[in-house]
Amino acid sequence: MNKKSFGNRLIAAPYLVWAAIFVIVPLLMMAYFAFTDNSGAFTLSNMAQIGKYRKAFGVSVLYALAATVITLLISYPMAYFMTKMKVSSQRMIMIIVMLPMWMNFLIRTYSWISILANTGIINTFLKWIGLKPLHLINTPGAVILGMVYDFVPYMILPIYSVMSKIDNSLLEAAADLGSNAFSRLRRVIIPLSMPGVISGITMVFVPSVSTFYISQKLGGNKNWLIGDAIEYLFGAGPEYYNVASAISLILMILILLCLAVMNRFSSDDEGGVII
Amino acid sequence: MFKKITALFLLAAIICTALSGCGYEYADDLELSREYSREFAGSELNVYNWGEYISDGSDDMLDVNREFEKLTGIHVNYTTFESNESMYSQLKSGGVSYDIIIPSDYMIERLKNEDMLTKIDVSSLKNYGYIYDEYKNLFYDENNEYSVPYNVGMVGIIYNPTLIGEPEQSWRTLWDEKYRDMSLNFSNPRDGFMTAQMILGQDLNTTNKSDWKAAADLLKEGKDVLQSYVMDEIYGKMETGEAAIGPYYAGDYLTMLDNNEDLKFFYPKEGTNIFVDAICVPKSVKHLDAAMLYIDFLLEPRIALDNAEYIGYASPNRAVVENPDYYYYGNEILYPQPQDTPPVQYYHDIDPEIRKYYENLWIDLKLY
Repeated sequence: MNKKSFGNRLIAAPYLVWAAIFVIVPLLMMAYFAFTDNSGAFTLSNMAQIGKYRKAFGVSVLYALAATVITLLISYPMAYFMTKMKVSSQRMIMIIVMLPMWMNFLIRTYSWISILANTGIINTFLKWIGLKPLHLINTPGAVILGMVYDFVPYMILPIYSVMSKIDNSLLEAAADLGSNAFSRLRRVIIPLSMPGVISGITMVFVPSVSTFYISQKLGGNKNWLIGDAIEYLFGAGPEYYNVASAISLILMILILLCLAVMNRFSSDDEGGVII
Repeated sequence: MFKKITALFLLAAIICTALSGCGYEYADDLELSREYSREFAGSELNVYNWGEYISDGSDDMLDVNREFEKLTGIHVNYTTFESNESMYSQLKSGGVSYDIIIPSDYMIERLKNEDMLTKIDVSSLKNYGYIYDEYKNLFYDENNEYSVPYNVGMVGIIYNPTLIGEPEQSWRTLWDEKYRDMSLNFSNPRDGFMTAQMILGQDLNTTNKSDWKAAADLLKEGKDVLQSYVMDEIYGKMETGEAAIGPYYAGDYLTMLDNNEDLKFFYPKEGTNIFVDAICVPKSVKHLDAAMLYIDFLLEPRIALDNAEYIGYASPNRAVVENPDYYYYGNEILYPQPQDTPPVQYYHDIDPEIRKYYENLWIDLKLY
C-alpha cells in the first residue's frame, strides 16, 4: 500500500483537487461563516441563537428516525424476497424501484399532495364509497410518508446488493447443521447483510434529517423542520448567512453523532460503514 | 446495426425538438411605435424577473423575449426569482451580473439607498409617456431616475362561496374559527405581517417594535386555525377547493377564476397593501443601451397588452388600460372605481434593525 507509484498519484490528483475545492473548502467556509458576523469579525452570537431552533432540531431527528425505521421495515423483506426470485424478475423489480428516481424530487413530493389532500384521490374515493374522509395532509404522518417514499430506493439498493452476494452454500451448510429457516435468517443472513443495512440507514437518515421541501408541502408549512429553517434563512438575505451556517454546522455534528451511536450498535467486523 | 443507427437518430431528433422549444410562431403583424436598431445584435442581455411575469408565447400570445431577440438580434438570458429578498440576495452576492431587474417598490428603495442601481434617462424612452402620472414620482423614486413601472396590484382575499358562503369582508376572517383548516395566509413575512397589521390599524411601515410584537402575537394566535402558509401553492388549493379562503394578489385571483369560476374576491374593509413592480437597471449592467431598448420594448402598447393579459395584474400603461380590446378592460377588481377602492398603503424599505426584529419574530412564528 505504501508503494504508490508516481503514476497512481498522478491519476488520483484531479480527484483530490476536486474534493478539496468542492468538499473541504465549502466546509471551511461554512465553519468560518458560523463563527463570524456580517463584517467578518469573530463572534459566538450565531451559536448563541441556536437555542431557539432546538425544537426544530429535535423534531427533525425524530421524523428522520421514524422514516428510517419504516423504510428499513419495508426494504429488508423486499430485498430478501427479491434475491429469491428469478434473475429476470429481479431486474424488473429493480427497474420499478428505480423508476420514481428518474422523476424530479419536487414533482414526486407534489404528487403526494393530490393523493393525500382533503379533496385528493384517497378522500374522494372514501367519500364515494360512503366512508368518512380522513385528515391526511398537513400531519406529521404525511411528512414521514413523503420521506419514506422519496428515500426508500436508497435503502433497498444497498441491502439488495449485499444480500444477493451471500453465498448460497453458507445457507445450505447452516441447514445441514440443523438450522431452521428462522435461525438461518437470524444467524446467517442478517449478520451478513449488516453492511448493506448500515449504509442504507445512513443514506436514508442523513437526507431525511436535513430535508426541507417535503415538510413544507405535506406538513402545511406551519412548523419548520431544521432544513426548512436553513432554507428560509439563506433566502432571507446575506445578513442571515451566518446564523444559517451555524445551524448547518450543528446539524452536521448532530448527524455525525447519530451515525457514531449507530455504528456502536453494529458489530465492528461487518459494520464498516463510511461516514 | 440498423437498429442502433435508428435509435441514435431518434435520440438526436428528441434532443433537437427539446432544444428548439416547441415551434413558437413569430407574430407577422407586430406593430411597434418606434424603430429598434440592430446595432447591438450579438450582445447578451441578462434579465432577472419574477416567475410567470412575462408573456411567454403560450395561449397564442407573444413570446416577448423572442420577439425582442428577433427584432434586435440581442440574446436575452431570462432568469426568474420568487421573492424580492432572494433577488436582493442574488444581486448582493455578485455572482451574476444582470442588465434588467424588476423588483417591487420597497426593494427599489433599498437598492437605491445602497447604491445598487444605475440611473436611467427616462426621457430617452419613446414610450414612457404611456405610463400614468399617478405611478410616477412615487416615494421609492421621487424623480423617476431609477425605475419604470411594469405592473401594479393590490392584495385582497379570495374565497369560495360554495364552501363557506359569504364571509365578513375583513382580514379577521383569516382568524375565524368557523374556517378552521380551510383558511390560508402568506408564507412571506412582509405580507403575512400586513394581514395582522391591518386588523390592528397599524402603519405598515411602523418603526415601533411594540407594534411588530403585537402583530406577531396576533399571527401566533391565528396559526392554529390556518390550514397552511402558502405562496403560489394557493392556486392549486383554491382551484380544487382544498382551501376555502386565503389572501393573494388581485391579478392572481383572475387567473384562478379561469380554472374555478366559483371563486370570489374582496378587498378587506380595513385596507390593504398596494404595490408597484418596476423595471430597474442594476449597477452590474453590461449593456445599458441594450437594456434601454428592452425597457422601451416592454412599454410598447402591443407588448404591454400581451404581458398584462398573460400576467393578469393591473397595468400602469394607458395604452393597455384604455384599449377596449384588452381582456380585462374596465375590470372592477384590477381597476376599482375610487369609491370601491380600499384605503391602501405602500411598503417602504424599513430600517435594517427593525427589519431584523420583525424577521426574527416571523422565524419564531414558524418554529415549533
